Amino acid sequence: MPYLGSEDVVKELKKALCNPHIQADRLRYRNVIQRVIRMSKLDQWGQAEVLNFLLRYQPRSEEELFDILNLLDSFLKSSSPGVVMGATKLFLILAKKFPHVQTDVLVRVKGPLLAACSSESRELCFAALCHVRQILHSLPGHFSSHYKKFFCSYSEPHYIKLQKVEVLCELVNDENVQQVLEELRGYCTDVSADFAQAAIFAIGGIARTYTDQCVQILTELLGLRQEHITTVVVQTFRDLVWLCPQCTEAVCQALPGCEENIQDSEGKQALIWLLGVHGERIPNAPYILEDFVENVKSETFPAVKMELLTALVRLFLSRPAECQDMLGRLLYYCIEEEKNMAVRDRGLFYYRLLLVGIDEVKRILCSPKSDPSLGLLEDQAERPVNSWASDFNTLVPVYGKARWATISKCVGAEHGGSERSHTASFAVSGHLISEENKGRVQEAPDSETLMLVPNCQLTAEYFEKTWLSLEVAHQQVLPWQGEVHPDTLQMALQVVNIQTIAMSRAGSQPWKAYLSAQDDTGCLFLTELLLESENSEMQISVKQSEARTETLNSFMSVLETVIGTIGDIKS
Amino acid sequence: MISQFFILSSKGDPLIYKDFRGDSGGRDVAELFYRKLTGLPGDESPVVMHHDDRHFIHIRHSSLYLVATTSENISPFSLLELLSRLATLLGDYCGSLSEGTISRNVALVYEILDEVLDYGYVQTTSTEMLRNFIQTEAVVSKPFSLFDLSSVGLFGAETQQSKVAPSSAASRPVLSSRSDQSQKNEVFLDVVERLSVLIASNGSLLKVDVQGEIRLKSFLPSGSEMRIGLTEEFCVGKSELRGYGPGIRVDEVSFHSSVNLDEFESHRILRLQPPQGELTVMRYQLSDDLPSPLPFRLFPSVQWDRGSGRQALNVRLHLPLPRGVVSLSQELSSPEQKAELGEGALRWDLPRVQGGSQLSGLFQMDVPGLPGPPSHGPSTSAPPLGLGPASLSFELPRHTCSGLQVRFLRLSFRPCSNANPHKWVRHLSHSDAYVIRI
Repeated sequence: MPYLGSEDVVKELKKALCNPHIQADRLRYRNVIQRVIRMSKLDQWGQAEVLNFLLRYQPRSEEELFDILNLLDSFLKSSSPGVVMGATKLFLILAKKFPHVQTDVLVRVKGPLLAACSSESRELCFAALCHVRQILHSLPGHFSSHYKKFFCSYSEPHYIKLQKVEVLCELVNDENVQQVLEELRGYCTDVSADFAQAAIFAIGGIARTYTDQCVQILTELLGLRQEHITTVVVQTFRDLVWLCPQCTEAVCQALPGCEENIQDSEGKQALIWLLGVHGERIPNAPYILEDFVENVKSETFPAVKMELLTALVRLFLSRPAECQDMLGRLLYYCIEEEKNMAVRDRGLFYYRLLLVGIDEVKRILCSPKSDPSLGLLEDQAERPVNSWASDFNTLVPVYGKARWATISKCVGAEHGGSERSHTASFAVSGHLISEENKGRVQEAPDSETLMLVPNCQLTAEYFEKTWLSLEVAHQQVLPWQGEVHPDTLQMALQVVNIQTIAMSRAGSQPWKAYLSAQDDTGCLFLTELLLESENSEMQISVKQSEARTETLNSFMSVLETVIGTIGDIKS
Repeated sequence: MISQFFILSSKGDPLIYKDFRGDSGGRDVAELFYRKLTGLPGDESPVVMHHDDRHFIHIRHSSLYLVATTSENISPFSLLELLSRLATLLGDYCGSLSEGTISRNVALVYEILDEVLDYGYVQTTSTEMLRNFIQTEAVVSKPFSLFDLSSVGLFGAETQQSKVAPSSAASRPVLSSRSDQSQKNEVFLDVVERLSVLIASNGSLLKVDVQGEIRLKSFLPSGSEMRIGLTEEFCVGKSELRGYGPGIRVDEVSFHSSVNLDEFESHRILRLQPPQGELTVMRYQLSDDLPSPLPFRLFPSVQWDRGSGRQALNVRLHLPLPRGVVSLSQELSSPEQKAELGEGALRWDLPRVQGGSQLSGLFQMDVPGLPGPPSHGPSTSAPPLGLGPASLSFELPRHTCSGLQVRFLRLSFRPCSNANPHKWVRHLSHSDAYVIRI
């Protein structure tokens, strides 16, 4: 049992945890919890432990909840960062249903977090920065006025600088964009190549919203003719042109001259792609590609060769006279002399395609040159705080979500569930919750995060049969304005692994859609969306093949997020 | 919480190793950690690393690595705080924390670890509680003497008291044997500020940040009550106003939990009963609005315009240069400065700079192969690429950038009033990151 300050404290906690009489009696149980919270003689470690225990407590009513929050208020002002973060996490989790309370807590914790970000201890600084990034996912404007605190200084270690650059990229808004861009511009000429490249990618990220200024900065950087800078700028341009077609003109003017400074594979691929897709706007595109073709024999990267093939065929479609000869030479080389089978196959494919006829080639290769809606889908709407509240103040933000997923897979495979019995705190996991909630809480760890299985396509008949046999589990109405664009909606739903069985055409009255999804336990969710002509609301009806409220709620929140995003875009 | 705890030297030699849970599976965890640390790719952070089924979290403290491992998903803030607190605690008991002191006091360190952590859970880190349990004595390298002035600098004449204490005075073990009462009772109070400044190439100030701390190291027996008085015009936040002048303003302030703030509102007095050892009494931050002008400005030369009579110590200017610099010729204004070219940068050391003085140095560099300035474009007078921002590092003794001063430090209610305790108060500002862009 952790030593929490004195014998009385230990006795109180033991009573609360182990005594079945107290657990059965709600009022006595609540009293013990209240006394535990009010203990004044705890040192910072004891306080952190108490806050951890309380995470598993479910307050019964709203006033009890606010009672507890009032008692814990003083912990938020503690001088120990562990206690402040523990209290914040508890507030966020207890106030799940009150987003304004959550926002309020996050405002109050801004001060301590910023102080930790400028602390002398680098490790503390790093942990605080990771948590700041986590908060910015939900509240992007939260730290915008304090952007100066995130400027990098030369003595900081590399990993802290990278985190700060990411934070700067995410907290940009209209007022501070000028200064932030200037600061990032300074970093792009830093001595360390890695850091300079990270800064350039960050500018690329900001460019999705503030395109003109960023393109100007990037063009200036090209003028420096530094290899590590030029290659990253060209890659950024390639990504930018796909998402923001309005900057294509400026990019095309900046490109000529870069090819002398690029030596690495990624940069070459990006440059060649740009020349292929937008070649008709760049006067000497064929001649640049001709240089590459001349040197294709000494080219070491097969990816570059493949990109070159595609780009040259594309350019041939728009400027046939200039490209015909070198296309022939390139195809000859790839088919007859190339040793890499992937490149050879692609060359063969294009050759046969050209033999079929130019119309066929045009049909296949003339893809859209940009896809602005992809950018909007990629920047997922601000994720609700509840999605990451349970990860706050743990090691998850420090690793990052992606690495944590790989780590927990390794751990899960080795240990199964047996590692939980080691720790004393988990040994009493059942007892702290009173009996009514026990069932719900035990389920919660399984279905906290809903995992929808991708690519599970139901046939229409199966869908209809299942739909008719189930009762409606949940109905909801969301505000909506204007027309529905079925393609966008379908694509958005696919991103979150919800399949569309059938969807009315755009503009039909009333507009309906049928969706299906399946989670990893095999539970099916069938959904009907209905938009009446005069209504400004969309009606959602969900049927579930197994009755489980937690998973249903998670599914509903996913669906609401997607529909809300699409609705915001269109209106 | 913690499975193992160990301390490694800067080269990876294990100095201390303690296994709390016994679940290392027979592997040499310390060796594993060091190999992982040195083999980490550049963009991953070494603070928290993962191997197999355990997480390694560590801090660096005066070139030692203090590492804790855990297999649960616990709060990084608590762990980092625990490691810092352990570092302070070991420093209190052994005098200072370094490879030498740890290797001399191995038994003491293990005893402390035994008392602080039980099966990986924190029992207590308060020096008061631990005093009752720790029996071993600390071993110091040589007996300390206050009158050993051979290493003291020349600023002794202006102090308020007739003796001076070298800066290593505070680094003796706090909790020495109880029988040795002839040790002088002393208390050291430091007001330390870190200054972080960014100046743009046109001279405008981009960012100013001051982080200040009031640190107390007490060798007094616990139970003595202490009152620290701060400047009366000390205001917190933008809207408060006290006194008749512009006041001394900070943005935010936070106190240690044991400080009694009853008299803070009225007279700016802090009351506390400090335990023996080190304690951070108060932390404050100030940004964007310094009452005094900045200590350094760089024109083509380095100039410091504070009033005369003050000094800056150990000023060092670090200026990265374009790649390929081959030679350096220099003209410096005074013989005790030196400048050298190393690692692609110019380092100019000025051991002591008088207030209000202007120093100049002329450096001429030969850079073969540097491309000429771009012929087109607006910035034809821009410096060549690679002539990086100049950064200064310095210490300013007896000066605080925010203007905060400690008015008095009074002790009352001493349980054993045998000797008058000595009180040492020091104000210090030093640079955290002082960058001037060219």
